Amino acid sequence: MAISIKKYSRRESIRKMVGSGGLFAIGGIAWAGYADGATHVDLVLRPPGALDEPDFQKACIKCGICVEVCPYDTLSLAKSNSNIPIGTPYFLPRDIPCYMCTDIPCTVECPTDALDESLLSMAKENGTTVLDINKSKMGIAVLNAETCLAYWGIRCDACYRACPLIGEAITLELSRNERTGKHAMLKPKINNEVCTGCGMCEHACITEETSIYVLPVGEVKGKVNNQYIKGWEEGDEARIDTTKVYRDTQTNDQSTLDYLNDTESLLEDE
Amino acid sequence: MISRRVVQILILGLFIASNYYGIKWFRGNLSAAKILDLFYLADPFAAMQMLAAGMLISLDILIGSLIIIGFYGLFAGRAFCSWVCPVNIVTDTAFWLRNKINLKIPSGQQIKITRQARYWIMVLALIVSAVVGVAAFEYISPISMLHRGLIYGIGTSWLIVLMVFIFDFLVLKHGWCGYLCPLGAFYSIVGKYSLLRINHIKEACTDCNDCKLVCPEVQVLDIIGKKSGYINYGACTNCGRCIDVCEDDALKFSFKKLKL
Repeated sequence: MAISIKKYSRRESIRKMVGSGGLFAIGGIAWAGYADGATHVDLVLRPPGALDEPDFQKACIKCGICVEVCPYDTLSLAKSNSNIPIGTPYFLPRDIPCYMCTDIPCTVECPTDALDESLLSMAKENGTTVLDINKSKMGIAVLNAETCLAYWGIRCDACYRACPLIGEAITLELSRNERTGKHAMLKPKINNEVCTGCGMCEHACITEETSIYVLPVGEVKGKVNNQYIKGWEEGDEARIDTTKVYRDTQTNDQSTLDYLNDTESLLEDE
Repeated sequence: MISRRVVQILILGLFIASNYYGIKWFRGNLSAAKILDLFYLADPFAAMQMLAAGMLISLDILIGSLIIIGFYGLFAGRAFCSWVCPVNIVTDTAFWLRNKINLKIPSGQQIKITRQARYWIMVLALIVSAVVGVAAFEYISPISMLHRGLIYGIGTSWLIVLMVFIFDFLVLKHGWCGYLCPLGAFYSIVGKYSLLRINHIKEACTDCNDCKLVCPEVQVLDIIGKKSGYINYGACTNCGRCIDVCEDDALKFSFKKLKL
């Protein structure tokens, strides 16, 4: 069983090298293509304190310690038969929401800081920091008014009562029931700024398919252009000064005015 | 051989017990683990991929990786592969079955891969990590998938493990661990200068070559019957199978003496 070493001529070795180089490149492209596809995910809810999704995926080593320390079995590691990047932690609030532990074990125990304690810390006056789970931004609750019983005029405030930030993240909007003319409507309304995305509302919703559900923050983010100003709010006008006006055609103000004032050509008969 | 299996299954069992029964000695998995609630261990190859992906690794992961590198680099050599890795159980089973059915592929029809391929795959893992911006091998690694799967639920990842099994069983002897696995390549480099070594005593050797029949990295046994000394190859997994089969006491574990 002696190991023989085959001798190659220079031409043969160059050929072999080119061939292997090609394999290396093909393998790399296929691998990168697969990994790139596997990282694109929109609708996944991460544990509290998670970095932004691209950074989270870079930092998470897929050890599952957050899953183990979660006292409510909220978290799972993604398996290969889901569209979530394999091995990363997520939760489905309709099954088990985040119960907002004040000691946040998942984030504290995370060895890679993919769940970052500093995002959930609050400085106290004496210089120390305390954990504040209410700073978490796992997602934002969104309500489907078509299927929400409260919006039908039927009394239900299950989500409002379930919300750990009752009266802050979800408030009840009182209005008159125009259909009956004599009843009140108590419509739940979500405050995006305050909502942590824990999903207790989604878990509590009594309709067969939930009418209130948590989406990742990036999916619910609206943004107003700077030229739209709340004139009734002091200081909001300052935003307009930061706006750069881009013109995509070469015009000047005079030619615009001339065009608008040129009523004669409009009256001309063809 | 028995003690190797015991260690392998014990480590796996402790991780599983931690998740399912709350015996919190080994939390997490082989990618990163918290031991006895005291300190973290981490997979240094995963940490390197994270660095390549452009993420600063945390202090816990850095220290955890250095402990692992120190342990295998100074002491145990490439022992991760044969004493810890769960895929080793799969590939050993494939090897056993391959011998059982006495599979012999005619030499012209064997697929030819160089054992160096794994080092290139290791480099490729780092390049792809840098390009895509995630730890690339961790997305396809049958090792992580199997270990994580056994602890947290496996999904369809067992298919990847089955692929490795079939590859080793029917396509290429010791194919995964011996030719392709980049983690094995990484530990080959880490363990090159470790102190725990297989020691060969030529005077006792009867040239029966039994050791070469069981060795998963047969190229490291080049000194057998030729001269006494340590098996000084990083690729040697310190599995000790050669010691088990040797009937002449010509092989044993020993510590390399440091030349000061």
